[in-house]
Amino acid sequence: MTATITKHRLFWPAAILVVLLVTNVFFSGSFFKVEFRDGHLYGSIIDILRASAPLGLVALGMTLVIATGGIDLSVGAVVAIAGAIACLRISKLDDQNAVTGVLLAVGLALLLSLALGVWNGFLVATIGIQPIIATLILMVAGRGLAQLITDGQIITINSSPYKMIGAGYWLGLPLCVIIAVGVAVVAGLVVRRSALGLLLESVGGNAEASRLAGIKSRWLILIVYVFAGLCAGIAGLMISSNVSSADGNNAGLLIELDAILAVVIGGTSLAGGRFSIAGTILGAVIIKTLDITIYTVGIPPEVTLLFKAVVVVVLCLAQAPKFREKFQRRRPSTPAAPQAPQKVEVTA
Amino acid sequence: MTTFEALQKRVIRRPQQRHIPVLATLALLCVMYGAGVVRYTGFSDTQIVLNVFIDNGFLLVVGVGMTFVILTGGIDLSVGAVVALTTMIFASLVRAGWSPLAVLPVVLLTGALIGLAMGCIIHFFDIQPFIATLAGMFLARGLCYVISTEAIRIDNALWTSLADYKIRFGGFHISWSVVISLVAVLIAAYVLAYTRLGRNIYAIGGNQQSAMLMGLPVGRTKIAVYTISGLCSALGGVLLTFYTSSGYGLHALGMELDAIAAVVIGGTVLTGGSGFLFGTVLGVLVLGLIQTIITFEGTLSSWWTKIVIGALLFAFIVLQRAVARRTT
Repeated sequence: MTATITKHRLFWPAAILVVLLVTNVFFSGSFFKVEFRDGHLYGSIIDILRASAPLGLVALGMTLVIATGGIDLSVGAVVAIAGAIACLRISKLDDQNAVTGVLLAVGLALLLSLALGVWNGFLVATIGIQPIIATLILMVAGRGLAQLITDGQIITINSSPYKMIGAGYWLGLPLCVIIAVGVAVVAGLVVRRSALGLLLESVGGNAEASRLAGIKSRWLILIVYVFAGLCAGIAGLMISSNVSSADGNNAGLLIELDAILAVVIGGTSLAGGRFSIAGTILGAVIIKTLDITIYTVGIPPEVTLLFKAVVVVVLCLAQAPKFREKFQRRRPSTPAAPQAPQKVEVTA
Repeated sequence: MTTFEALQKRVIRRPQQRHIPVLATLALLCVMYGAGVVRYTGFSDTQIVLNVFIDNGFLLVVGVGMTFVILTGGIDLSVGAVVALTTMIFASLVRAGWSPLAVLPVVLLTGALIGLAMGCIIHFFDIQPFIATLAGMFLARGLCYVISTEAIRIDNALWTSLADYKIRFGGFHISWSVVISLVAVLIAAYVLAYTRLGRNIYAIGGNQQSAMLMGLPVGRTKIAVYTISGLCSALGGVLLTFYTSSGYGLHALGMELDAIAAVVIGGTVLTGGSGFLFGTVLGVLVLGLIQTIITFEGTLSSWWTKIVIGALLFAFIVLQRAVARRTT
């Protein structure tokens, strides 16, 4: 029984999340306390969820891209561009609180992020460029585009409808969490309740073989990049709305790396052909919990990155089949029984 | 320019498909330079070209290390962070009273060790280079902040005089960092072209499985390239201290992208196995020249640099695809 639980591929990430949460309780007794104040929920857990929403969305799009054996480095740039264009449109409105104007700006930003996703998908699927390079182009140029949109300035706006996206509440819950969970649930249902997920995995396993088997792998690849672009666009709106400003240079900086990390922590193979949406969401929550743990434990902010590096290495090694193999092989050899059956040591 | 012409002649004598990307970069460089000379007064001054070298010496060295890694089909995201860490260790040890010459081996060794560790993780545990070097990047930047969150000035008479020293010839001048980076390029080019290690690197990049079946030391070579990249990043960091006279955890932010862009624009294929170090030199020059032109233009904002680099990346990658299609 214990063997089946520990063998579940989400066991180790979940265990790490629990360890992180329990660590927090030791340092801050009221960590799990969630209050209902001013018509919405307050508490550290809610903070973690709110912080995880944009990263979770970006990582969600990234998961499907990675499932097809690709990678999308441009999400950070798309985050910056979406925030920049929305804030620019809103700052030009006569009445920044006009709902229709804000909705139009949001729609434009999402349309633009879709277009950027199409561009990435076109490069990968149609021209056949290696994904890491194809998206590198937009990663480099996109930052420049975002700065071009904001004219190198930080655009500050004062719009309460726009503020709702990132900092608002609905039914007592943060709206950004609801949006992120909603997108994740829809994506999860679409890929897992239809054959789409299977097809994506087969493309990731071997694009050429699945094409020969009659799967339109080009379309699938195009779609995942468009979806990743859309997710990054929504995340960009959340991030810029949370601070009511757009910074072309720093918004979503390095979010692509955090997103890839979340995907890897969640047990999705970077080689493609296998993915877990639940794992990715768990991974994003772990990364943000890690950030908050660092604050509550009182680790000086200087050491944050160091701590993160250690966690990344430990997590990746724990999931690497080759590392487990070496680690497990050493155990039976100590009682001088080199031919001990493999099943015995797995339980421990 | 004589070396350019000599190289050009050699290339023209044996026109090969694999040289096309490098030739395209060279042509682009000439066009850009020509356009600059025609458009701006004072651009034709040879010192402008030398300044590109002076301002990008560190990027050149980092690009050399990156070329090694990319030729094996890997990638190294940690280079910028290792550069920053080098400047930080350098500055803090010098502040503690060490002689810069004594610090030099320490920082070079640190860079090489970080590279070695990443190489070992990549080879022994089969971790993707992307993830392993990402962890290395976090580690190196993290160590910077452990040393200090502030910038540390390098206040050393010997170092300042070395940094400011101008090697003059015929009315022009270059700095020591140019000499050091060119020496590094020459050594690396020799290693890639004429040694067993260089052959192994190309073989692994071409097809790792075949290389292993041929009995080539795949593991040792892979670990070696990451060690070389770490060493080059550390040397790049040392050259950066010449340029900035300080150590800071935020130095060289995003330099890994510049290095990768330079390598790709230089015609090296990111899947590995094909490319030349000379191409990387040209790639760095292209990046440097873009910046020079934007400075000369005056009205163009700095973000145009990024957009132009992105556009160039696109053009070169599509060109590579076209060339690759024709050969296969």
